[in-house]
Amino acid sequence: MKTRKIKLFTAVAASLLLASCGPQTNNKKSGGALSSSAAEKVYVAPGEHDEFYAFLSGGFSGNLTVYGLPSGRMLKEIPVFSQYPTSGYGYSEETKPMLNTSFGFVPWDDAHHPDISQTNGELDGRWVFINGNNTPRIARISLTTFETEEIIEIPNSAGNHSSSFITENTEYVVAGTRFSVPIPQRDMPIKDYKSNFKGSLSFISVDPEHGHMDIKFQLMMPGFNYDLSHPGRDKSHGWFFFTTYNTEEANTLMEVNSSQNDKDFIAAVNWKKIEEYVNNGGGTMMPAEYAHNVYDESTHTATTTMKKEVLTVDPLKVPGAVYFLPTPKSPHGCDVDPTGQYIIGNGKLSADLTIHSFDKMIAAIEAKKFDGEAYGIPILNFDDVLAGTVKSGGLGPLHTEFDGKGNAYTTFFISSEVVKWKLGTWEVIDRKPTYYSVGHLMIPGGNSRKPFGKYVVAMNKITKDRYLPTGPEMEHSAQLYDISGEKMELLIDFPTHGEPHYAAGCPADLIKANSKKIYRLDENKHPYAILSPDQAKVERKGNEVHVYMSTIRSHFTPDNIEGVKVGDKVYFHITNHEQDFDVPHGFAMIGQNTSELLIMPGQTKSSVWEPKKVGVWPFYCTDFCSALHQEMQGYVRVSPADSNIELSWSLGDSDEE
Amino acid sequence: MWNIMLGAPQYPEPLGIDIYINGLQGQSEFDIQNIDGLNHYIGMKTLPKPADMWEFSVFPKVVLAMAFLGVLIGLIGLFKNISPNWFLFWFILMSVLGMLGVYDFNLWLVDYGTDLDPNAIMKLVNEAGEPMQYNPPLIGHKKLLNFDAFSYPRTGGIMLFVGMMLTVLAYFVGKKSLNK
Repeated sequence: MKTRKIKLFTAVAASLLLASCGPQTNNKKSGGALSSSAAEKVYVAPGEHDEFYAFLSGGFSGNLTVYGLPSGRMLKEIPVFSQYPTSGYGYSEETKPMLNTSFGFVPWDDAHHPDISQTNGELDGRWVFINGNNTPRIARISLTTFETEEIIEIPNSAGNHSSSFITENTEYVVAGTRFSVPIPQRDMPIKDYKSNFKGSLSFISVDPEHGHMDIKFQLMMPGFNYDLSHPGRDKSHGWFFFTTYNTEEANTLMEVNSSQNDKDFIAAVNWKKIEEYVNNGGGTMMPAEYAHNVYDESTHTATTTMKKEVLTVDPLKVPGAVYFLPTPKSPHGCDVDPTGQYIIGNGKLSADLTIHSFDKMIAAIEAKKFDGEAYGIPILNFDDVLAGTVKSGGLGPLHTEFDGKGNAYTTFFISSEVVKWKLGTWEVIDRKPTYYSVGHLMIPGGNSRKPFGKYVVAMNKITKDRYLPTGPEMEHSAQLYDISGEKMELLIDFPTHGEPHYAAGCPADLIKANSKKIYRLDENKHPYAILSPDQAKVERKGNEVHVYMSTIRSHFTPDNIEGVKVGDKVYFHITNHEQDFDVPHGFAMIGQNTSELLIMPGQTKSSVWEPKKVGVWPFYCTDFCSALHQEMQGYVRVSPADSNIELSWSLGDSDEE
Repeated sequence: MWNIMLGAPQYPEPLGIDIYINGLQGQSEFDIQNIDGLNHYIGMKTLPKPADMWEFSVFPKVVLAMAFLGVLIGLIGLFKNISPNWFLFWFILMSVLGMLGVYDFNLWLVDYGTDLDPNAIMKLVNEAGEPMQYNPPLIGHKKLLNFDAFSYPRTGGIMLFVGMMLTVLAYFVGKKSLNK
């Protein structure tokens, strides 16, 4: 009996061993020698820095995450469209206005496509822009403070998806609508969609010095769905290209009804021509309502301005401004190579990639060779503009980036792979699987004139078994490939936060020297800031109590406050007096109906507390600031609403105020 | 004249004090403030402002006067034959003053390192059970708790020393030419 058991055990063990040597594991775990060289390539020694920054959109987290490459380490989450209790973004009095919209306070969005500012078509590392998809917005994030500085709402848009891509001198950040809607919005039957709904493409000018955004004009296009876009560059600078789907203009059971046409369009927009038209007084000003939120670094405070009108342009009024390029099978990504010559349509329901030629497009336009029109917009002949087709052998191409050495890399969602192919000859050079179902990919600078073609990051939609299981909900997964050789080499897997829909990367050297270490206290213009602890005070204005408080390792000034009453609205305005790198202080009050604050050196933030109960209530510093962090605490005495205890405050033994 | 650097694991960029003839300055803009911030744990007084020390107003005058005197002796020596003993005299006077200056500097270091607030947050003792002394070294390296303190002369101090040595050289050159 005993021997039989042992024999059985041995047999099972042997079969397991055999199975694990089987061919199906070959593509999951590469051989020993290979994996050790991969390990060396991604190993960043303790204390060393990564070579590249990568900014990955957070998708439904509403935020932007910062990673180091090649290590795949997450360095920071930057709150953009979502409240973020970690820092108090969207909770503090100063940052609440950042999330204002014409619909009121919207504390969340679906953040999609980050893009880094450019000068002469090359990354300049000043700002990164990202779009909020759900309640249409565009945000600008400073790459010196890594904070969201500005958010502008986009009127007449719904599902702000073909955004936020920037022209090669950051003249414009462009935001196209995914949903077409009635413009202006009105009460009408949904079935009357066709020819009544419109799709708006917004060109938002960017102030070259401060980055401030302003909607220059909105192009009112036919009611298709505008999916993704990219600017022309170099020779095609001045043009913008948008993929469309649902040129059928269906309004229900879209997955079938909007996939009937063999070809949809890439819309080619000559924005320079429209800019000139607008500068000469063209366009129609229409009433609109949208929020423009700007954060001022010197006051550490955001303000909202509600805008009341927007300039719209009818494409038919600007001859030669818009053309349609027929592109097969509901194209998703719309990518332009570094020379500006090739416009790649990633037909997501097909096996092939369609590449249009910019030169051929211009020749066809000049020869007026049109193949009909759609709502008055000329359609070019497919064969006249076609540069070539990549017969990939994959299925479901989504998005293409470039390495600057004449190669392109395309993700295939359905066949779950990255395919490397050659521009001009259209031959496939290499393909590597992704784990699993890759959406987008990113090469640092891969959508600029000057890509840094060393790595590609593939961002996957499905994770399954790549990491230790964490229940039904898992972080998404990304893969880093070395693309410096002829063949791609998988180097590392790393989890990503939310759902990255796209990313932007650049060499660390472009950004890291400019990264701010502290805010200067002597430049703090916050109206409630105190620049020295002896200015600390508590003021009453009716039932509002304003506490002017300062922090330094490791105490609050003041730390004892009396005379607060039930029913008061207490504002703690806290200025961090540290001027040392990486010494924030936190603030949290018991029972507060909001988040903590995390206050950077030299910064002022404000938090509201509405005491509901009589008693003596503590507050404390939430960020381990020094060996005496645990002692960094204080009390507020809350008296009944009708009490007549005078306001008083103190620090230390003395009772002076 | 002199520089004191304080490095620790959590200060990969060390904090530094540049000692000028007329006052202190942080190596980086906020170093003085941050050193004071650290020193408050052990009860050290805040670092002196120029007005807190008579030395910062007197020393520049002494150095200026000595420089003037040195140049004067040098010029006279250039155009007229004077005894090289004048050079020696200047050198000895400067050495005495310099030594007094360094002695005074050390007194200050000891005073700051030992005259600590009795209510300090951290009251540490050394191996012998005596209260810890936090004065940085006059010159060289010393370990102060988790900090490595380095103290060395800077351009001003070095130039002063070189100047003094040149005077000695002038003395010998002068003597040699007299002997010929």
